[in-house]
Amino acid sequence: MTGAQQPSNAPAASGRGARAAASDFAGRHRSMTIIVGLAVIASILPLIVTLPPFSSFSPQVIWIDGFTNAGVFVLLAMGLNIVVGMSGLLDLGYAAFFAIGAYTMAYAGSPFGADFPGNVFWPMLLIGAAVAMVFGILLGAPTLRLRGDYLAIVTLGFGEIVPLVILNSSKFTDGPNGIGGIAAPEILDFVFPTVGNPWPFYVTMVALIAIAMILIYRLQDSRLGRAWSSIREDELAAAANGVNTVTTKLLAFALGASVAGVAGVFQSAKLTLVSPNLFRFDVSFTVLAMVVLGGMGNIWGVAVGAFVIFLIQNVFLKQLNIFFDAVQMPFFKDVDFLQYQFLLYGIALVAMMLLRPEGLFPSRRRRRELHTSEDAEFGEHGDPLGASPE
Amino acid sequence: MTSTALSVSQNPFVEAFRRQRLGPYLFVLALGLGVFFVFGPEQFVNAMTKGAIYALIALGYTMVYGIIELINFAHGDVFMVGAFVSLFVLTNVLGQQGPAADPLVMLGIIGIDILVTGAVMGIIGVTIERFAYRPLRNAPRLAPLITAIGVSFILQNIIQIIYGPSPVNTPQIIPPTARVQIGDVSIGWINIFIISVSIALMIGLQAFVGRTKIGRAMRATAQDREAAQLMGVNINRTIAVTFFIGSALAGVAGVVQGLYLGNISFTLGFQAGLKAFTAAVLGGIGNIAGAALGGFVIGFVEVSAAASGLAVWSQAAVFAVLIITLVFRPSGLLGQQLGERA
Repeated sequence: MTGAQQPSNAPAASGRGARAAASDFAGRHRSMTIIVGLAVIASILPLIVTLPPFSSFSPQVIWIDGFTNAGVFVLLAMGLNIVVGMSGLLDLGYAAFFAIGAYTMAYAGSPFGADFPGNVFWPMLLIGAAVAMVFGILLGAPTLRLRGDYLAIVTLGFGEIVPLVILNSSKFTDGPNGIGGIAAPEILDFVFPTVGNPWPFYVTMVALIAIAMILIYRLQDSRLGRAWSSIREDELAAAANGVNTVTTKLLAFALGASVAGVAGVFQSAKLTLVSPNLFRFDVSFTVLAMVVLGGMGNIWGVAVGAFVIFLIQNVFLKQLNIFFDAVQMPFFKDVDFLQYQFLLYGIALVAMMLLRPEGLFPSRRRRRELHTSEDAEFGEHGDPLGASPE
Repeated sequence: MTSTALSVSQNPFVEAFRRQRLGPYLFVLALGLGVFFVFGPEQFVNAMTKGAIYALIALGYTMVYGIIELINFAHGDVFMVGAFVSLFVLTNVLGQQGPAADPLVMLGIIGIDILVTGAVMGIIGVTIERFAYRPLRNAPRLAPLITAIGVSFILQNIIQIIYGPSPVNTPQIIPPTARVQIGDVSIGWINIFIISVSIALMIGLQAFVGRTKIGRAMRATAQDREAAQLMGVNINRTIAVTFFIGSALAGVAGVVQGLYLGNISFTLGFQAGLKAFTAAVLGGIGNIAGAALGGFVIGFVEVSAAASGLAVWSQAAVFAVLIITLVFRPSGLLGQQLGERA
């Protein structure tokens, strides 16, 4: 079981020696690698942003806060990757589970809701995950028997209904106003500051990502993970080989939902407020785009993809304005790039899919699949009618 | 197929009923009558009009899905762009600001508007297919879906940049005050116009797909692309024609939407597209008559919810109907019982 994906899974043809040894070590001590790797990344990032040109855009504190927000999407993308990338089920309403997690936290930790005394954040991480999981099972149980595209549309519908229900049942959710005043997390009487000092949330986020990543990697290598990939490749064959497809798909759905629940709890504790329009369909689509662009099925790839896309969407495009204003480049300085944000994003999605449909960091298996399909297109050897009429 | 063969009833009436597959039509008729008698004729006409618009959009979804098994997410936005192209044609080309003077001019203006908008949207649809979907025809199924989402963002943003984020008023060529009195019920001419135009287009489309050579090529491609190719069908042209027709119909839907409601916005496409896709699935995806039926069912459900004072829940009601249909009758009202397809 050493042939797993690594962040540096460059073809080992050129530099075998040290790189091969490193990759071998990483394969054997996966959890250790994840912890060390994330710790290194998490300590380097704050240092990089103090250097020019990044430091000229915004102070370090703002960057760290942005990274924490990006972390929420990294979690979401890793969770959706279980459903879409690892099991091949198309879920277009993933934001619904994010919303459910967020509102669970909001309900438990705000004066509007139950307002449980004490430090609710840490237990709510688990409870939010469980609640989202229950909703995942409730949605999945009747619908997972459907064919793939119907599943997509049912999840899309679910993703639309949940914000609508939240919006319209004012008695429980305060409708469009949302719920505010959500209690911040505490550790031993230290209350996490919501403004000014972004470090506690940043560190918590990194820890959450590390835990999620370790668990998801373990799942991927487990019997369940192999069942998922067998369903993704060929559901009929998997069923014929004794995989209980309904239970397996349901587990993928439920576990994916629970990750979104955790992300939701974190999000609402960090923002200290939730409102229904934070969980619209564009969140679902953005997370799906992150999974696909990052490289479906590859956990590290998806995480990096999510991080990069979030920064492009929320930081880079804003900085473009400042940048072109600063250098006084004709034409570009008059363009408001924020206005074109979704246009550029859409073009990026299309271009990316056309140029590299397997994503930025494809899993090895995925890349091989795509190459087989290309081979098949250029004519199988045993096929006398292989020539295309065009 | 075997399951139907096993459950064939001995009763000749029931068997004839089954063979003609009248059940779904009767169901929709019953639903319509229910709306008619519970909420009154005005609401019934309103529901029919909305349903007709959804049905026109749903046709494009169902045709594209039938032929290349792609959920064309950009289709709702093609509809939205159609509404704006129609606005451009009416105000900037034909110089109309409000209702036209006499009925003949009215029909002439709308006729030109529908033809031009339909043609423009058809060309846009073919262009989208050519650049965003065709290169990915052999890629994994998620890839064209993502480009469809990308195209949808692009279309929305272009319109938002040109016309701004707030709703834009459109000239109502047929004034909403022009009504015909039947007994003590008054029906707008615009409603009659929309319903008859869409039913005419649906019948035309059904005839086109069923009777013409290109229509036969479309059905062959939908059944088995490779076999059709071996029989000499030009696949690329057939798929392009499918996109042209589907997008042109969405364009016409955009025209009538602008005429009916009098204002449009760049966010129009997503919701309408979602409901129209629901209609397509409800009717049995890939089935043209089914898309039409589904559209009307969605219209009835939506208007019933709104008329019972639950307007904010109408969207949720539509999706609830969708989920219930899929759970109990996954192939839709008219769809064939398809086996598990990869």
